[in-house]
Amino acid sequence: MSLLDVRDLSVVFQRRGERPFTAVDKVSFTVEPGQTVGLVGESGCGKSVTSLAIMGLLPKRGNKVTGEVLFEGTDLLKLRPDDMRDRRGREISMIFQDPLSSLNPVIPIGIQVAEVLERHQGRDRKQALRESRELLDAVGIPDPQRRLSEYPHQISGGMRQRALIAIALACKPRLLIADEPTTALDVTIQAQILTLLKQLVDETGTALVMITHDLGVVAGLCDTVNVLYGGKVVERARRHELFAHARHPYTHGLLNSVPRLDSPRGERLHAIRGSVSDNIPWAEGCAFAPRCDNVVDACLEGPPPLEPTATGGDLRCNNPVSEEVAVR
Amino acid sequence: MSDPITQAGAPAPRSGDDKPRPGMSERSIGVLGDRKKARLDELARASSADRGGISLVRDAVRRLRRNPVAIVGATIVGLFILVAIFAPLIAPHDPVARFDELTKNLTVDSIPGASSEFPLGSDPLGRDFLSRMIYGARQTLFVGVLATLIGLALGVLIGAIAGAFGGWVDVVLMRLTDVMLALPSLLLAITLVAMASRSSQWTVIFAVAIVNVPIFARLLRGSMLAQRESDHVLAARALGVKERNIVLRHMLPNSLTAVIVQATLTFAVAILDAAALSFLGLGDPDINRAEWGLMLGVDGQRYFEVRPELAYYPALAIVVVALGFTLLGEAMREAIDPKNRR
Repeated sequence: MSLLDVRDLSVVFQRRGERPFTAVDKVSFTVEPGQTVGLVGESGCGKSVTSLAIMGLLPKRGNKVTGEVLFEGTDLLKLRPDDMRDRRGREISMIFQDPLSSLNPVIPIGIQVAEVLERHQGRDRKQALRESRELLDAVGIPDPQRRLSEYPHQISGGMRQRALIAIALACKPRLLIADEPTTALDVTIQAQILTLLKQLVDETGTALVMITHDLGVVAGLCDTVNVLYGGKVVERARRHELFAHARHPYTHGLLNSVPRLDSPRGERLHAIRGSVSDNIPWAEGCAFAPRCDNVVDACLEGPPPLEPTATGGDLRCNNPVSEEVAVR
Repeated sequence: MSDPITQAGAPAPRSGDDKPRPGMSERSIGVLGDRKKARLDELARASSADRGGISLVRDAVRRLRRNPVAIVGATIVGLFILVAIFAPLIAPHDPVARFDELTKNLTVDSIPGASSEFPLGSDPLGRDFLSRMIYGARQTLFVGVLATLIGLALGVLIGAIAGAFGGWVDVVLMRLTDVMLALPSLLLAITLVAMASRSSQWTVIFAVAIVNVPIFARLLRGSMLAQRESDHVLAARALGVKERNIVLRHMLPNSLTAVIVQATLTFAVAILDAAALSFLGLGDPDINRAEWGLMLGVDGQRYFEVRPELAYYPALAIVVVALGFTLLGEAMREAIDPKNRR
């Protein structure tokens, strides 16, 4: 049994008097214990909404979540709010994008780590603080004893993200969802944080769902990658398959748009033409068709199905990039 | 720079971050060594302060110290509080006692003026005016502090409930505060005092407190709603923190700054309102109690043609103290405002 099995998850935002907007459209993917799964896509493709829906953190009003989120066989979407709250932070944790705003500015770091331990493990304050120090030490924060009593604005950005990781992993959850954990950090720190995440995930056997728009992060970390476009999974493949033979024109375009050091001098950077807003509803055809180089007539007649590929992945495309040209 | 004002649980004094402090051995080497160590500590603190990483409170205090407006306000407030606390030591006479030397000179059209024994002369009942002024500070502080605190407590309660629950609770509570805000504050206070069967010091305090409740409630509710949307509250939710703890630990402490500043400003208003109520004869009926508003309203007004000082001094005292609190409050608001940081 998979650790996390997301089946046909849809999130529709609806406000009175406005047309409903489907942010996530029948997304399915699975996460095996200890595995690292990437959700990749550009802004607005539904990555973060997916993660919030899994965590049950979407606002109560104004949206409709359908489908199933099976965590060890239990459908999280059907749980009572109290039961879900007991699981959050203990069995499933989440790391957010901006480490400064995700920490409470008026509470010392130590108390914030201890809070989770008190909440889920029934520790008293003293013992929770002692464990917090070990946790801060484990995520590589120097002089953890002093950091315990410091406030978030007093430590650096990288250290804040480390502290957040310590908080998220405090109760040794089985699943960690990281929502663009390195976006707000500079590149040198990004590498450190990713290495740390990888190491901790390996040590504790925690499964990781990595949400990112950064293909570099995917390359270094993920076992399986789900590429999202317009709220749907368009391609799913194992990491090496994806980087070696990206089949979907969108994935292909994303990989090609990564600047390369060995490209000839003076060559223009590759870009996917158009923007995310140039899409058509999935019901009428492939949302990526207006921006696609490989577009065929079938693309505008109806949504292409997600079909298994020969290499064990899945692909939603009528006219995929052939394997020969996939590598530039 | 070594400032004693730090919050509870504030970070330990920061030494230079990575820079080893020279000469910082644990064993003391006599008095000179101690003094040197203290000086080094101070320098280390100062240098770390320049490198950022200063707590909000310490930063605000530093900003306040540089602001002449804040210094003037703080001086006035400080003097006022000292006078109020040490009134029995400062006042030359008992403020309630009627002195024969003064009463025998009292006539319909003359009230004894300054003499060596009574620097500000007599009040219309033959009591020492200076002592009454000094004790008046005490009374004013008492009324101001209590009215502000009660108003603050009720306002925070209502605002926190409205901000924490949202939905229809929020709607009901905020419409109630709207009703209260719609009435001019003094009018509302007069109505409240008039509703009480017997007016006393406490009716004044409660009336002034309740007038200020909607202001605090609105302010807190607004910042609580903003906090509700903030990332760290979402993060706390993602960790499964209980709703009660999210409100009490994550939303409330982050929303209180604005309210605390408002409290200093409210203090000035409370003093003025209390004085106004006394002036209008709705205050404490006890004629023995020295209160600036009462002195201004009853004695000052009635005997203005005989001895205008009876009105001048209480009025001046009220104005100066209210000004002091307003200046301090404004300066605090500016100092705490994150937009002004660095």
